[in-house]
Amino acid sequence: MPEAQATLATPNSTEPHRDTIHQLDRVVIRFAGDSGDGMQLTGSRFTQESAAFGNDLSTLPNFPAEIRAPQGTLPGVSSFQVHFADHNVLTPGDAPGVLVAMNPAALKANLADLAAGATIIVDTHDFTSRALKRIGYEENPLEDGTLDAYSVHAFDLTGLTVEAVKDFGLTRKDAARAKNMFALGLLSWMYSRPVESTLTFLERRFASSPQIRDANIAALKTGWNFGETTEAFAVKFEVKPAPMAPGTYRNITGNTALAYGLIAGSTQSGLPLFLGSYPITPASDILHELSKHKQFGVTTFQAEDEIAGVGAALGASFGGALGVTTTSGPGIALKAETIGLAVMLELPMVVVNVQRGGPSTGLPTKTEQADLLQAMFGRNGESPLPIIAPQSPADCFDAAVEAARIAVTYRTPVMLLSDGMLANGSEPWRIPELADLPRIDPDFATSPNHVNADGGPEFWPYLRDEQTLARPWALPGTAGLEHRIGGLEKADGHGNISYDPANHDHMVRIRQAKVERVAESLPPLQVDDPHGDAKLLVLGWGSTYGPIGAAVREVRDQGYAVAQAHLRHLNPFPKDLGTLLKRYEKVLVPEMNLGQLSLLLRAKYLVDVAGYNQVRGLPLRASELADAILQLVEPAGSGQNLTKESIG
Amino acid sequence: MTSTRLPFPGLRDVPASEAPQSRKDYTSDQEVRWCPGCGDYAVLAAVQGFLPELGLKRENIVFISGIGCSSRFPYYLDTFGMHSIHGRAPAIATGLATSRPDLSVWVVTGDGDALSIGGNHLIHALRRNVNMTILLFNNRIYGLTKGQYSPTSESGKITKSSPKGSPDSPLNPVSLALGAEASFVARTIDSDRQHLTSVLSAATAHRGTSLVEIYQNCPIFNDGAFDAVKNPETKADAVIPLVHGEPIRFGPKGEDGLGIRGIVRDPLSGSLRVVDVADVGADRILVHDAHAADPTTAFALSRLTGSGHLTQAPIGIFRSVERQTYDDVAREQVRSASEGITDRSTALDNLLHSGDTWTVV
Ligand code: SF4
Repeated sequence: MPEAQATLATPNSTEPHRDTIHQLDRVVIRFAGDSGDGMQLTGSRFTQESAAFGNDLSTLPNFPAEIRAPQGTLPGVSSFQVHFADHNVLTPGDAPGVLVAMNPAALKANLADLAAGATIIVDTHDFTSRALKRIGYEENPLEDGTLDAYSVHAFDLTGLTVEAVKDFGLTRKDAARAKNMFALGLLSWMYSRPVESTLTFLERRFASSPQIRDANIAALKTGWNFGETTEAFAVKFEVKPAPMAPGTYRNITGNTALAYGLIAGSTQSGLPLFLGSYPITPASDILHELSKHKQFGVTTFQAEDEIAGVGAALGASFGGALGVTTTSGPGIALKAETIGLAVMLELPMVVVNVQRGGPSTGLPTKTEQADLLQAMFGRNGESPLPIIAPQSPADCFDAAVEAARIAVTYRTPVMLLSDGMLANGSEPWRIPELADLPRIDPDFATSPNHVNADGGPEFWPYLRDEQTLARPWALPGTAGLEHRIGGLEKADGHGNISYDPANHDHMVRIRQAKVERVAESLPPLQVDDPHGDAKLLVLGWGSTYGPIGAAVREVRDQGYAVAQAHLRHLNPFPKDLGTLLKRYEKVLVPEMNLGQLSLLLRAKYLVDVAGYNQVRGLPLRASELADAILQLVEPAGSGQNLTKESIG
Repeated sequence: MTSTRLPFPGLRDVPASEAPQSRKDYTSDQEVRWCPGCGDYAVLAAVQGFLPELGLKRENIVFISGIGCSSRFPYYLDTFGMHSIHGRAPAIATGLATSRPDLSVWVVTGDGDALSIGGNHLIHALRRNVNMTILLFNNRIYGLTKGQYSPTSESGKITKSSPKGSPDSPLNPVSLALGAEASFVARTIDSDRQHLTSVLSAATAHRGTSLVEIYQNCPIFNDGAFDAVKNPETKADAVIPLVHGEPIRFGPKGEDGLGIRGIVRDPLSGSLRVVDVADVGADRILVHDAHAADPTTAFALSRLTGSGHLTQAPIGIFRSVERQTYDDVAREQVRSASEGITDRSTALDNLLHSGDTWTVV
């Protein structure tokens, strides 16, 4: 498992001496503490520093569904993992090589995930026997040998922080709250991170409360100096910048990128953006982000419920806006009937599902990709719609633009399947040139398109474009194009209600055919098969792109040939997918569900794909996936069967 | 005939027609398919008569309906229209009205559609006060699904789904609307064309959500539900007319030419009750104030509607007050945020480059 081992150059080298700098190619750090300890902020600042330094990186926040679960408990632990490297990074990392634990619960909750021999930096302040008992530690794990296999730095981080900020006149509680900045300062020193951007950040964030600002800055600097002056931290590390394509970069989360992509879809089409949304984890940040950008003609409507969110978006689409609704799986269940109406009305709409663990309320803050079949089939009747998925946080931008393009061009609701990992995870994003984005032409109907029996002009709302099969989009306010649409079946062409059996059969087929036409506009699938000699294709979709890429890299490093392809479009599939599948002897489909894409592929192409399936609420582990791939590429006889857990 | 009373506040941004219009302009080529004698015909005729009088550009009028007999309404009007899904019309109309101030947006709904499956959307549309007019056809029965009791059916009603009598208690749509902070609430009757038209006129003039409850007879499944307020013989006793600025009097006419009965406020409980005017004196009779900021009296008036088989009901405009509208505020936020932005692409480029960026050469 080279991914994990590369982080193991731990600081307990035999003869530490001052100013030793060890070069590492990659590091995975997890910051963990109570949900009130500011671990998300600490992690994202460290990320920002690493990005500014030029590393490639990937992050994974992990927090409880409760806003403030009881302090010091295991359910209350919140963590933020960052993987940074001097090369292209694909995942947030399987096993952290460094854990920063701000209390006993954070230590206990994360210990099992660590790489062998990992470094643990732990705040001893709360290691009282009462606190330990509360989470099921009979003995103090710092003293009973539990951590013998790790390199442990245990000290009273809270106490040191309180001492460092004592001159600022804060209450003890407020003073202690700066401990996350102490930890950030120490880690920034250890990994040679520049802290300037964090200093600027603190100055801005706490501009209105100078005492707190100064205390946080002091804590940050004290943490840095603590590393420099304390014998225990004799070694610091460096991870050189990663080579990256020229351009301007920023770090971005999936939800922010998705919001920006929707705005870009609006500017590229010239349609005002109307978001109808009801708050739901993990999609709410898209609502928050868009509500900040009204200057782009963005209207955000916080609806009374999920149904009203999608209803209002559809109403706005009828009026000529780019109607968008954002939610997570439970919300899609509620919106299903209105999405079906949009299929029937053939109006553009973007439906974003930031998938989370299900079914029902499931795991609100965890990731999963088990809503693919819901997106495909979760409506009554034959109700097809295009489905697309982003593959990384930054890719959410392009996926949103693509969703808008398909929705507007084909007059159809489009389902965009993000997930919790993409939503909250982040990575460096090369900011695109707007000129490179597709132009989206709403091509509104402006005049009658048909002649009635008396030779007079009339408007037929279901007279289709021959190429796209899209119907005309005639906005209220356009004289002469008055028409009525609705959920009842319409006759193709003139659009009046029709109960005619032949017409219904025709309309069902034409709605399906229209969605299939989207495939005509798609580029050929990209297949990564460096020598063209692979017998196994690993095919994925959505956020598994990173783990699959890392696993494939690992397998190739061991000398085996394996091909990789990733689907952006899940309905319709790209036209060349069938041929591609048949080109390989074996196809492995890793998914964070029980085999939903596998099911679709088997049904459509009659190809016996194998699944690799985990539904743990967490991203797939690259190293485990690599093991599964190795079983399929090793010479025959050495195990054609997948492990029990991986059979889908 | 055009009465050019435009612009009403409720139609401030809706363009007026240059040419005079007639009822024919608003009649679509679709065959009307309600049951013979259905009250919906009368309402359709009233609306088709009223719209040309209103004189808006026909293409700027949109009717959105849900599901139910009355929700077929948009098909019969030659405007823009959407026959949507059960209960959701107010939500769909909210999106449309918010993004298009130049449209006159109407919702057509029924008692099942608006008060049962769509109750949530109705109350939230009312509290937001989005600029639109909601016509709630109340026939106190499910017609399209062939005769089950509805959320306005009286308790104990025998229907297909309640052979032993409905165990439900009914909602009073006017009370509900007032409780939901509605800024305009009225009640009218399908067969009273003149009253219906005057209420429609006031409802469209109003800026914000106007809720108009229309007592609508369903001759097939609930015939005679509103006979008390329609029958010339009982109507004088059953209809409590609400006219802004006038004392609330009804019943056979007395010497002063007004009804012999009236509404007074009980000084102890504050609630309203019916009295013989002769017993208390005409000057003690409540004068209707539809513009009162406090909805308490309007609510008390709504409670004079019986909840069982209808014998008495106030008819008219219960409440009409000016209040902030959601869509005006939402659009103003967008407008003011957009001030000074001449080129959205440049602004977008700046947004994408905001925050901490770095350049790789
Ligand atoms: S069932 Fe009743 S409400 Fe429906 S169309 Fe017939 S008469 Fe009218």
